[in-house]
Amino acid sequence: MSKGSDEIVYGLKRDYLEKISSKGTRIDGRSAIEYRPIVITPNYVIRAEGSADVKLGKTRVLVGVKMEPGEPFPDTPNQGVLTTNAELIPMASPTFEAGPPNEDSIELARVVDRSIRESKMIDLEKLVITPGEKVWIVYVDIHVLDYDGNLIDASQFGAVAALLNTTVPGSRYGMEDFPLPINHVPVITTFAKIGKQLFVDPSLEEEEVSSARLSIATDENGNIVAMQKGLSGSFTQEEVYSAIDKSIEIGKDIRKRLFGR
Amino acid sequence: MGMQSDIKLIDENGLRIDGRKPDELRPIKIEVGVLNRADGSAYIEWGGNKILAAVYGPREAFPKHTQNPSRAIVNARYNMAAFSVDERKRPGPDRRAVEISKVISEALEASIFVEQFPRTSIDVYIEVLQADAGTRIAGLTAASVALADAGIPMKDLVVGCAAGKVDGKIVLDLNKEEDNYGEADLPLAIIPRTQEIVLMQMDGNMTREEVREAIEMAKKAALFISNLQKEALRAKYEKGEIQKTEENSNEGVNKGE
Repeated sequence: MSKGSDEIVYGLKRDYLEKISSKGTRIDGRSAIEYRPIVITPNYVIRAEGSADVKLGKTRVLVGVKMEPGEPFPDTPNQGVLTTNAELIPMASPTFEAGPPNEDSIELARVVDRSIRESKMIDLEKLVITPGEKVWIVYVDIHVLDYDGNLIDASQFGAVAALLNTTVPGSRYGMEDFPLPINHVPVITTFAKIGKQLFVDPSLEEEEVSSARLSIATDENGNIVAMQKGLSGSFTQEEVYSAIDKSIEIGKDIRKRLFGR
Repeated sequence: MGMQSDIKLIDENGLRIDGRKPDELRPIKIEVGVLNRADGSAYIEWGGNKILAAVYGPREAFPKHTQNPSRAIVNARYNMAAFSVDERKRPGPDRRAVEISKVISEALEASIFVEQFPRTSIDVYIEVLQADAGTRIAGLTAASVALADAGIPMKDLVVGCAAGKVDGKIVLDLNKEEDNYGEADLPLAIIPRTQEIVLMQMDGNMTREEVREAIEMAKKAALFISNLQKEALRAKYEKGEIQKTEENSNEGVNKGE
């Protein structure tokens, strides 16, 4: 399709979606705070220390956790290290290109990382091998396989699921295996703004016409542990407050449904 | 956030380690038109932060496939000098800088009338010369002034401030120690005229009520800083006007002689 006809189709689609969304309706019939079906298959990759295959509607993300001993950061000598990376591989969408991480994959990885880190999900202090010298490095790798919108939530659910079934591979290095020590279970909820309405878990079609995005990570105490506003649109203060309240409720539900916590 | 420390960040009188009250800003100074080649520029000193912002454009977007036939693209590049922090920062963009550049670009774009400049790019360069916490918001605040200096049409000057949680209290505009050892940080930027939120991030741990308090506090401060931006622009352009008039009258005098 030429760029011109693309623009026209885009314009028509946006007009249509904005029109129906002004009544709070969505193209796939969901309510404004309803997620697409979520299916998580834990331990999908047995070579990984922990893993999860996440299907969020037609979006599919595979998250794997690998661990190995390494040096701690100088400013946190008595803590393990968490490293999160995301790859938007060309297989997942015609718009993804091979090559080094771009700003989208970096933002995705950093927002997921922030929810895990700031909620103190992993008890990093229990991942010390020799204080100040050797600690466990936790690599969380997010592999996006099929992109149909809302990569942040799909990836975050996958990362949490993978970490919850991670076994620290001590025996590989002459020590003992033990389950990854977990303190908290953060859940992210992402909202897309179309026209003047907010919708959770935007599909690709909805993302394409949304002006702004807001992701909010909450913990099991109903506290906010991370937020990220995205795209070049804006939110009113009331919209932000309302999204925060909803994210606390939705987070509670998802945490129970997906992770039994 | 969240590094352990024995430092008491708020004393028994409710004052912070730099002597500020919880809702008190660090000193801020903004200058306009500090660079020669750039189409617009600004310099900001905000606490211990020293940051330059320069704007080039609107100019033809390059490479060509980045051009958008219906509007300008806004490319902000946030960069820290190697010597701007205690431990030398390896030059070049790291992942943090890429993310910050992205959220700053999006925040500026929210205010710029991008549809007036199809196929162009508006390039914004933010150089952190000395860092002291809150660099993304200070950089964004300066960048917006530089855009105005470049004559780019906008809804309003984008402006921001951070608020956060330190020793269990909500405080404004965290300094380096508070950023390192505090419990939460929430950078926020708005378009004052419409009160829209165009940048918001948060890390740490706050209750729903604390987040509301932090947003309210940051917004109030942003509105105050917005006046500093305008004053800085007036200082350059009103002064410019006066000089011009003086030059003109001098010319008249010379001719008369």
